[in-house]
Amino acid sequence: MLAKVVLPRWLMSGAYQWEYHYLKLEELANVYMGQLVSQFSMTDYPLSFHGLCSAVGQCGNQVGCRFWDLALREHSHVNKKGIYDEALSSFFRNVDSRRSVGGSCDITGGRIQSLKARAVLVDMEEGVVNEILQGPLRELFDSTQLITDVSGSGNNWAVGHWTYGSAYREQIVDQLRRAAEHCDCLQCFFLIHSMGGGTGSGLGTCVLKLLEEEFPEVCRIVTSVYPSAEDDVVTSPYNSVLAMRELTEHADCVLPVENQSLVDIVNKIKHMSHSGKPGSVIKKDSAIISGQGGVSGAEKPFDAMNNIVANLLLNITSSARFEGSLNMDLNEIAMNLVPFPRLHYLVPSLTPLYTLADVNIPTRRLDQMFTDAFSKDHQLIRADPKHSLYLACALMVRGNVQVSDLRRNIERLKPMLPFVSWNQEGWKTGLCSVPPVGHSHSLLALANNTCVKSTFMELRDRFTKLYRKKAHMHHYLHVDGMEQGCFTEAISSLSSLIEEYSQLDATKDRPMPDAARLNIAT
Amino acid sequence: MSIVTVQLGQCGNQVGQELFEVISNDANDTQRKVYSECSSERFFNETANRELVARSVLIDMEPKVISQSIAKTGKSGKWRYGDRSHFSQKQGSGNNWANGYCVHGPRHEEVVMDIVRREVEHCDCLAGIVAMMSVAGGTGSGVGTYVTQCLRDTYPNSFILNHLTWPYGTGEVIVQNYNSVLTLSHLYQLSDAILVHENDTVHKICAQLMNIKHISFRDVNKVIAHQLGSVLQPALTGDSHGIYNRNPIGQLMSSLVCHPEYKLLSVCNIPQVSSSSMAYSMFTWPGLLKHLRQMLIANSKMEEGIDWQVRAPSLQPEGTERTGSHRRPGFNTSLANLLILRGKDVNDAEISGFQHPSLYTPWLPADEAFSMWKTPVPFNKYEKSAILVSNSQTLLRPLDNMVGKAWNMFASRAYIHQYTKFGISEEDFLDSFTSLEQVISSYSQL
Repeated sequence: MLAKVVLPRWLMSGAYQWEYHYLKLEELANVYMGQLVSQFSMTDYPLSFHGLCSAVGQCGNQVGCRFWDLALREHSHVNKKGIYDEALSSFFRNVDSRRSVGGSCDITGGRIQSLKARAVLVDMEEGVVNEILQGPLRELFDSTQLITDVSGSGNNWAVGHWTYGSAYREQIVDQLRRAAEHCDCLQCFFLIHSMGGGTGSGLGTCVLKLLEEEFPEVCRIVTSVYPSAEDDVVTSPYNSVLAMRELTEHADCVLPVENQSLVDIVNKIKHMSHSGKPGSVIKKDSAIISGQGGVSGAEKPFDAMNNIVANLLLNITSSARFEGSLNMDLNEIAMNLVPFPRLHYLVPSLTPLYTLADVNIPTRRLDQMFTDAFSKDHQLIRADPKHSLYLACALMVRGNVQVSDLRRNIERLKPMLPFVSWNQEGWKTGLCSVPPVGHSHSLLALANNTCVKSTFMELRDRFTKLYRKKAHMHHYLHVDGMEQGCFTEAISSLSSLIEEYSQLDATKDRPMPDAARLNIAT
Repeated sequence: MSIVTVQLGQCGNQVGQELFEVISNDANDTQRKVYSECSSERFFNETANRELVARSVLIDMEPKVISQSIAKTGKSGKWRYGDRSHFSQKQGSGNNWANGYCVHGPRHEEVVMDIVRREVEHCDCLAGIVAMMSVAGGTGSGVGTYVTQCLRDTYPNSFILNHLTWPYGTGEVIVQNYNSVLTLSHLYQLSDAILVHENDTVHKICAQLMNIKHISFRDVNKVIAHQLGSVLQPALTGDSHGIYNRNPIGQLMSSLVCHPEYKLLSVCNIPQVSSSSMAYSMFTWPGLLKHLRQMLIANSKMEEGIDWQVRAPSLQPEGTERTGSHRRPGFNTSLANLLILRGKDVNDAEISGFQHPSLYTPWLPADEAFSMWKTPVPFNKYEKSAILVSNSQTLLRPLDNMVGKAWNMFASRAYIHQYTKFGISEEDFLDSFTSLEQVISSYSQL
C-alpha cells in the first residue's frame, strides 16, 4: 500500500522545494520518526575520495556544466535529508557562505549550507563561463575558481598553449593549489576539453603539463572530445595532433570521445522515440540524453551530446562516491587498464542509452545491457572493438547486480572478444549499489583496445593533407614558443603510437605459445 | 592462550568480521561452559563492563570497509571491535602490490605496530598471530606482506599463520597474478604456515552444496569463516588429558609443517549444507570420514562430484625402494594431515583410513604424518563435523596456473612500469618467480 506524502527536496541554494512522493508504509514510519537515513549520510566517516575537475575551453566548460548539473541531480536523488555526506564531498565542498569569499571555510558533515564545486574553470573567451555565472549553477563557483580572458584563441593550439599558457601559468597554478588544499585527500584530476579548437586543446594540454609538474603523484584522467571529419574548424587536425602528443606524454588515462559518435547516438535516440513502435515507449525523462530533473532550465542545442559525456564522468566516479560490494577507485582503473605507459587510451561505452517503459524479464534485460556494451552503436568513438584486439577491459556496473550476474556475463561474452595472449582474462570489475537516476542498473565499459588506431590514423591523414601544403602554418609559427619542430615531433609521436598498436594487432590471430617457464635445479 | 588476528585490506576485514561472528555464535550456542570460556579467552578480551572485545587489529588504506564493520558489530551487542584497534587511510593502494609494500607499509609501520603491540599486551599469553588478507589486490597483498615482515621482526619467537584468500581464476583484478606471486614468494620466507582458501572453490560450495541462487561475496565470506572457525576453535589433542589445547597454532605447525619447503595448507570441512536442509540431515561418522578421505585423495573440496575411481596406490613390499612409480595420476599425495572431529560420539569415530602410509609421501613415517584433535562439542549448529587440514598437493595446480599466467604477462613486460615506479625491479620479480617455481617443484615431487 502506498501513501502520498509531501517531502522536502533541498536545493543547492539552501532552500527547500516541496515535492510529492509515493512511499510504502514502512518507509513512511521511518520518515516521520526522522529515521529515513540515507545509506550514504556517513557523517562520522573520514572523507575519502576527492576529485578535482578542470574544464578548459568552450566544449570543456559546456560538458562540465552538464556534469555539475547531473551530479547534483544524482546526489539529491539519494540524499533526501540534505546532509552533506561523503558521497557529496567527492566533488563538492560545503561552505559557510555568510563569511566572505576569501575566508569561506569548509564545513564537514551536517546540513548542506552552500555547495561549491571542486573545480577550476578556464576559458579564454567569456561567453560560456558568463552563461554559467548567470544560470542556476552560478552559486557553485567562487570567482576565484574562474580564469577567463576576452579574445579567445582563434582556434590556434599555439596561442592556447604558448601565449595564454605562459600568461596565465601562475594564476592557474595558484587556483589549482588552492582547490587542492581544500581536498582532504586528492585522489584524481579530471580534465575536460576538446581537441579541435585552440583553448581547450592548447591551454588544456598546458594545464595537463602543469598538473604533472605540481602534483606528480595524483592521477590525471583526461576526457577529450575529438572533432568529426566534417568539423568546420579547418585547423582542427593540427590542433588535435599537437594536443595528442601532450596527452600521450603527460596523461595517465585518456577517454577519447568522438563528436560524430555522439551525434549518431543522439540521432538514433530521437529516431526511436519518434518511431512510435507499438508496445514500446521511451521514457524520455530518464533518457541518458535528457537533463530533465536537473537544476538548469530548458535544454540547449549541444546539451544532449554533452549529457552523454557528463554521464561518462558520473559513472566512472560512481564507485568512488557510493558504496558497493566490489569497490573500484580511479587509481585501480589506471593500474589495471594501462599495461604500457603510452597506451592509455580507453574507449568508453555506456549502456543503457535509453529506457523502455515496457517491462521485460529483468534478467534478460540485464544480460542485454552487457551485450550492448560491446556493440558498435554504444561506443563513444567510431570504432568496433569486437574486431580489434583487447589489451584490457573494465566493467563498472551500477545498481542491483551481484557478482554472480557479472561472472555469468563475462563467461558468456569472453569467447566473442579477442584478448591479447598475455591477458586472456584481462577483466577489471566493479560493483556499485547506487544506479543512475531513472535506471535500475547501468554499465560503463572502458576498453584498452587497438581499435583506437583507426581514429588516430584518420587524424593523421587529415593532418598530413594540410601539412603537405603548409596550409595555415604561419598562424602557428609566428606565435612565441612555437617552432616547426613542434609539428614534426607531434606527428612522429602519433606515428609511433600507431605503430605500437599495429604491432600488438599483428599478434591477434597468431596463436602465442606460453612463455617457457624457469627451470629449477632439483 | 590467546590468538591475535590482523585483518588487512577489504577482503581481510570482511572475512575477519564473519570469522568473529561465527566464533561468537558458536561459543554462545553451546551448553559446555569450559569450551565457551576457552573460546572466549582465545579470541576476545572481556572488559570491565563484561563486553567482549575482539582481539583484532583492522588495517586498510581506504576507510569504507572498516567503518562499516565497526558500525555493524557495535550495534549487534554480542561483541565488538576495540575502539582504537583500527587504522585506515584515505588513498587506497590502487591494486598495486608495490604501492602497498614500498609506500604504505613503511609509511604507517609505527602506528600499525603500536596497535598490534597494545593488542598483544592484552593477552595473558600469546598463542600466535593470524594475519588475514587476499593476494589479488594492493593493500591485503602489499601492506599485508610488509606487516607480516614487521610482525616477524617484532615477535621472532611467536607463531605466525597467514590466512590467504586466492581470487577467482578468471580475473577480478587484471594484475592479480603479479600481486599473488609477489605476496606468496615473500610470505614463504616470513610466515610459519600459509592457509589458503580459493574463491572459485568456495563459490562452488555455495552454489552446489548450499544452493544459494545469487551468490554474493558475503556468502563466500561466511563459508570461509565457518571453515576457518572450525580449525581454530578449542579442541582436545591426544595427550592433552581432557584439557583444551592451549597452544593450537603451535600444535598446528608442528603437526603439519615439518619442513620449511612445504608451508601451504588447505582445509576441507564436511558436512556443508544450507541451513534449511540441516534439520533433515543425518550424518554418521563412517559416512563422513569415508567421504572426507576420498575428498583428500581425489582432490575434491566438496562432498558432491567426488571421483571415486581414484585409489590409493598399493604399497611396495617390505624392503624394496619406494620410487616415484607409486604416484598415480589424479592422486593427491599428502605430506601431513590433521583431522579435527567435533560433535556427538566423537570417540566412536574410526579414523584408521587416514593413517595408511599409501596416502603419504614416503620420506615421512605415517604415524608422524597424521594427527588428530577432537571435541564432543558440536560446532556452529552441525551435530557432527569433520575437518581436515592438509599439507598436500591440493594447491599445486592452482599455484602452477597462477605462476604460469603471471610469467606469460611478465614475458611481455606488461604492467611492469606500474610496479617499477614504486621501487620493485625486474630482478625482484625474477626472484619471486624463482622461489615459487621451487615450491612448485617441491610439491610435485611429493
